Amino acid sequence: MLELNGIHKIFNEGTPDEKIAIDHINLKVKQSDFITIIGSNGAGKSTLFNIIAGKLFPDVGDVLIENKKVTNLPEYKRARYMGRVFQDPMAGTAPTLSIEENLSIAYNRVKTRSFRLGVSSSRRTLFKEKLETLGLGLENRLEAKVGLLSGGERQALSLLMATFTKPKILLLDEHTAALDPSRAALITRLTKQIVEEEQLTTIMITHNMQQAVDLGNRILMMDKGKVIYEAAGEEKQKLTVPDLLNEFSKMKSDGAELSDRTLLG
Amino acid sequence: MFTSIFSSVEVGLMFAIMALGVYLSFRILDFPDLTVDGSFVTGAAVGAILIVNSTNPFLATALAFGAGFIAGTITGVLHTFGKINALLSGILMMIALYSINLRIMDAPNLSLLQHDHIFTKLNEAWGNTGIDAAMASFFTSIGLSDFIPKTWVIIIVMIIFVLLIKVLLDYFLKTEVGLALRAVGDNHLMITSFSGNINFYKVFGLGLSNGLVALSGALIAQYNGFADVNGGIGMIVIGLASVIIGEAIFGTKNIVRVTLAVIVGAIIYRVIVALALRVEFLETGDLKLITAVIVILALVMPQVIAKQKEAKRKKQRRARLAG
Repeated sequence: MLELNGIHKIFNEGTPDEKIAIDHINLKVKQSDFITIIGSNGAGKSTLFNIIAGKLFPDVGDVLIENKKVTNLPEYKRARYMGRVFQDPMAGTAPTLSIEENLSIAYNRVKTRSFRLGVSSSRRTLFKEKLETLGLGLENRLEAKVGLLSGGERQALSLLMATFTKPKILLLDEHTAALDPSRAALITRLTKQIVEEEQLTTIMITHNMQQAVDLGNRILMMDKGKVIYEAAGEEKQKLTVPDLLNEFSKMKSDGAELSDRTLLG
Repeated sequence: MFTSIFSSVEVGLMFAIMALGVYLSFRILDFPDLTVDGSFVTGAAVGAILIVNSTNPFLATALAFGAGFIAGTITGVLHTFGKINALLSGILMMIALYSINLRIMDAPNLSLLQHDHIFTKLNEAWGNTGIDAAMASFFTSIGLSDFIPKTWVIIIVMIIFVLLIKVLLDYFLKTEVGLALRAVGDNHLMITSFSGNINFYKVFGLGLSNGLVALSGALIAQYNGFADVNGGIGMIVIGLASVIIGEAIFGTKNIVRVTLAVIVGAIIYRVIVALALRVEFLETGDLKLITAVIVILALVMPQVIAKQKEAKRKKQRRARLAG
């Protein structure tokens, strides 16, 4: 489904601020894989996401989607293949547009936009149906401006908008990190439900170890632009948070001290 | 008095088209586009030179829209592909257009008085209907003979035309392309992640915005009977004034309401100017100053009113708790 071949990315090359963000990463994501990625700040998780999404382009290496090379395809064109949910609940929706208008924009992710009305009555029925699956009552507020919704509601809507058109790849960038615990739990539950129902190929960045252990069939741990630990299948299912912490300290012991910051950060 | 207000409504309706263009760039795209000062004159110049050369005035006005559209897209390209700051790309285009407008007209100003333009054509067609005479006798019969305007044709045709543009714009902003355009001004990250090419929408939106501005310029030139290369100075402020006045009065609940607000705002602005100019110590040259003051008032007054309301609410709340 998604393939990263020898990706290398350096920021500020040739200056004192030079930083190797991604250090020759190879990754093969199979159909219906659900991968969680953990790692400390600056490990390269977000850079990796940006390279997959086309916001950044690798210095070396290729990105393939369904065996098609998309390395140099700009972000907006690559969006046809993927749905994305961001950490900031404000980032995934347009605040001055109504709920149904936002959904219409999301609906057009895979279609060329035309001069037809964005919200037709048949689409409205579809949107209503989809909103009902969230169980938040948003289906009764189709014409409300999204800016009026709470952070949790907006993030749930973002998740729906990213997924209801069945993207080939779903990218979740710490999408529960900015929410309070109960809202975060709701979004996590919805994520699990939607990904299972639609059999979506998913990659999720998280700082929540419990979440990383609970969700998905594969886990990657990143540090300094490299994948330093990986588990899949049965090994992943048996994995617990202490195991993960153990792995983390093992990797860190060859040099840097393990601190709260690297764990939580 | 009535005649001057009547004609400011006529002019206000024409400027309303420009204000809708400014609304598109300023509010919808969130792009402070100063091209307007130049593209307004471009519209006037293209319309005027074509009319002077005996082109059909309706075609000439449509082509003026096209010229403005092109000017807007160039500003858009400077900003998106040239990565020039929004304000600066507008200013650059405005300056460039000054020279281009001079080239188009081949003179600092062009008179249309000897030529057939939209309003002479409309007057001809209208003259046969006898509606003006009927209205005149009606006004005289109710004892308002002082209030008879020269003709009703301009105001009626302009109301229909402006409303038509409004309805088309309302519809457009609800189409798939229109929604994407609105999202560009709202949230770049979001529309990009849903396959929207923000560069394309910015260029297209600025084209449309300046097309409307130029259309307005062409109409104003024909109404005034001349096109002047300096006719666009401060146009962006007038457009903004209309948008802000309209929004302050009607609110921004939905697109249909805001576009109407902008149109009425443009008319109110003209009426305020007409009334201000009747004040004894003010001269025609003070127009720009008056405009600036109106915009400042329209921006500051809502804040002052909101503050007063809040103070009143707190006072009542305190009184209730104390009592």
